[in-house]
Amino acid sequence: MEFLKHALPNGLEVIAEANGEAYSAALGFFVRTGSRDETAEEAGVSHFLEHMMFKGTPTRTADDVNREFDEIGAHYNAFTNEENTVYYAAVLPEYQDRAVELLADILRPSLRDDDFETEKQVILEEISMYEDQPPFGADERCKAAYYGSHPLGRSVLGTEQSIQGMPVQTMRDYFRRRYTPGNIALVAAGRVDFDALVACAARACGGWDSRPGGRAIEPARPHEGFLTLHKEIAAQQYVLQLADGPAAEDEQRFAAKLLATVVGDDSGSRLYWELVDTGLAEHASLSHYEFLGAGLMMTYMSCEPDFAAENLRRIRVIYADVEADGITDAELLQAKNKLRSRVVLSSERPRGRLFSVGGEWVYRGQYRSIDDDLRTVAAITLDDIVRLLADYRLTQSNTVTIGPLHELAPPV
Amino acid sequence: MTQTIHSHILPNGLVLVAEPMPWLASAAFTCLVPAGSVDDPPRKSGLSSFTCEMALRGAGPRDSRQFVLDLDNLGVERDEGVSNAHTAYSAATVAENLPAALAIYADLLQRPHMPAEQLEAGRQGCLQEVRAVEDEPAQKLMLELRRRHYPDPWGQPSHGDVASIQAITIDDIQTHFQQHYRPNGAILGVAGRFEWPAIKDLVEQLFGDWQPQPAAPITETEAQGKYTHLPYDSNQTQIGIAYSSVPYCDPAYYRAWGAVGVLGSGSSARLFTEVRERRGLCYAVYASYHTLRHRGGVFCYAGTSAERAQETLDVTMAEVVRLGQGIEQAELDRLKARIKSSLIMQQESSSARSSSVARDWYHLGRARGMDEVGRLVDELSCETINAYLAEHPPHDFTVCTLGPHELEVPDGIS
Repeated sequence: MEFLKHALPNGLEVIAEANGEAYSAALGFFVRTGSRDETAEEAGVSHFLEHMMFKGTPTRTADDVNREFDEIGAHYNAFTNEENTVYYAAVLPEYQDRAVELLADILRPSLRDDDFETEKQVILEEISMYEDQPPFGADERCKAAYYGSHPLGRSVLGTEQSIQGMPVQTMRDYFRRRYTPGNIALVAAGRVDFDALVACAARACGGWDSRPGGRAIEPARPHEGFLTLHKEIAAQQYVLQLADGPAAEDEQRFAAKLLATVVGDDSGSRLYWELVDTGLAEHASLSHYEFLGAGLMMTYMSCEPDFAAENLRRIRVIYADVEADGITDAELLQAKNKLRSRVVLSSERPRGRLFSVGGEWVYRGQYRSIDDDLRTVAAITLDDIVRLLADYRLTQSNTVTIGPLHELAPPV
Repeated sequence: MTQTIHSHILPNGLVLVAEPMPWLASAAFTCLVPAGSVDDPPRKSGLSSFTCEMALRGAGPRDSRQFVLDLDNLGVERDEGVSNAHTAYSAATVAENLPAALAIYADLLQRPHMPAEQLEAGRQGCLQEVRAVEDEPAQKLMLELRRRHYPDPWGQPSHGDVASIQAITIDDIQTHFQQHYRPNGAILGVAGRFEWPAIKDLVEQLFGDWQPQPAAPITETEAQGKYTHLPYDSNQTQIGIAYSSVPYCDPAYYRAWGAVGVLGSGSSARLFTEVRERRGLCYAVYASYHTLRHRGGVFCYAGTSAERAQETLDVTMAEVVRLGQGIEQAELDRLKARIKSSLIMQQESSSARSSSVARDWYHLGRARGMDEVGRLVDELSCETINAYLAEHPPHDFTVCTLGPHELEVPDGIS
């Protein structure tokens, strides 16, 4: 595998991890923009705009866009989160140019009035869908409670009100402000012809105007709290708990992944043995999420409502134990073995590598090979975990629970 | 890369079907055990799921904790699930750990402890799953649609219900295990980096003593069909439409599959274009093909806000009915491009191939290679698909809705 990079004069970066033995090529535009870059009036515009990108350009109708992706047999999609919007396609190598040209073209969308109004209905349906399924919007509520007025507390989807009342001009202004070449990287992984990729990017994106598009990274101040939301139709009780964790720039992020595996992986973790194996919870996990300047340790648990209070107490005991006594050598080894295998398995598809390589680049402006990741994980020691636990307290958290219960007391 | 698919049938009936993929760093296997939801006795719905839950609680020399610890240390990513015909145990890991992982699963399938003292914990786990499905409206609707569309017991949901899970005893589980965890009727699919002679010997050694058991016959009763509304106080209404199709083993399968693809898979498909893109009626809409061994079905889904549900049902139904008039060349060309790229991309995943060769064997008694699938797809033409559609137009629908209001299903359609 070989890492290659190139920058266009307008600031758009082209990077690739080329693997001549792969069967396919995965290609994606990573745009450094998301809900943290929105104002209150713009709530949900990043995600809405991601949808509108597929609604046509000066030279293509929305039908053309969908049809052409299918004509080249692309496995394609897009997603939006707090900090990034990503448009990607996995294709056979012979379709590399057509895929890049098509992805590049949709990134200069027409944003027509009537398409905007039609797609608004789709977004409202999406919001409505999430309100009907677990965790019934409690994930966004919990993030808002935890981050308070900090931009990371903003909703990615927006609300029914913010979307319903949004004029198309708001989106056009946001697009102009954020989709500048300096905020965009074209990332490729797998069987990639890099020279052709650069030539295609120059042709398709070279004429994009460069504008200032930076973002301020304000420090986030976590808020502790406990909130119970009643949801009449829910059968199970759902719990989200956010605690501070290492940020994207923080070297402790690797230790945080290992700690989350030991404490809250789907199988063989402390939460698993205490809550899932015993049948007390349907699901119980701890995961690490990283943003620029902030990180999260997120607990997610779902269970029969009658078990919720006791389960919360047990989670608290597990976290307090870990903070007091750390973890064992055997647990650390088990977590390393799991992560090693996961890295290997998820890297076999170019699609898997695309997100690792692209994420690394947009967050940290560097390339890390699979071996780099494996070596870093292998080198983590129990002392690293002890330091992590001293710096980030799992027991200091903000909890939002939603379900049939009207009241649920925090564990003491 | 040349593709080779090996197979070997052990004297006890276990089928081993294996595809070496030497360019990968991983290996994976899928074992289909003939314990499906169709094998759940009346009033003991969910027994296959509960048995699976208990089989994972220690086997051979390992207690429950050691079992999970050893699999974790081997880096095994595992998955289990009960379908209508099978309980499927899947595992993937780095190639060098394949033999050790297979040995642990040989214990699981032949010598599970099924500890009686963990029965209540296992039961709670199963009950949690029943409740979790209640909270997933789309899944709940599609399970109900399948249950009503297929003749019983083929559409039985695998997770059972609260009453049936509560009725299950440790004896039920032991008996179910004795009867259904048998090599005759079981298929072990392996794919990834390994040497065929070594894997064949290993499987002989690990599974050679597994004792066959007689297969129990399945009694079918008629499908419930037609229209059913499930009242639910949600924002959205979930809409499901099903109609019959040919099974995977039928010579007409690729024609049926092509027609469904034009209707509902991909973003240039008719349902996505007409229901979502042109009218903005919903976020999710699709049609998918599903097969049992002897019959197939097409299952269409749309989820939309309650006030637009009737329009969504009408537009969706109109597209389904219009499919009977045939498809166009450009639609078929796109479908061919998508299947070609999916076939080649399967070569990047040992998990996908291990499950694919095992399921092929269940349906066909052999595994299809990429070349053969490629040829069958190449042979598809608008004429053959349209002739199929003329003979089997979508009709005789089963419709289910879930939401605040019942909808009107047009006369003469259901």
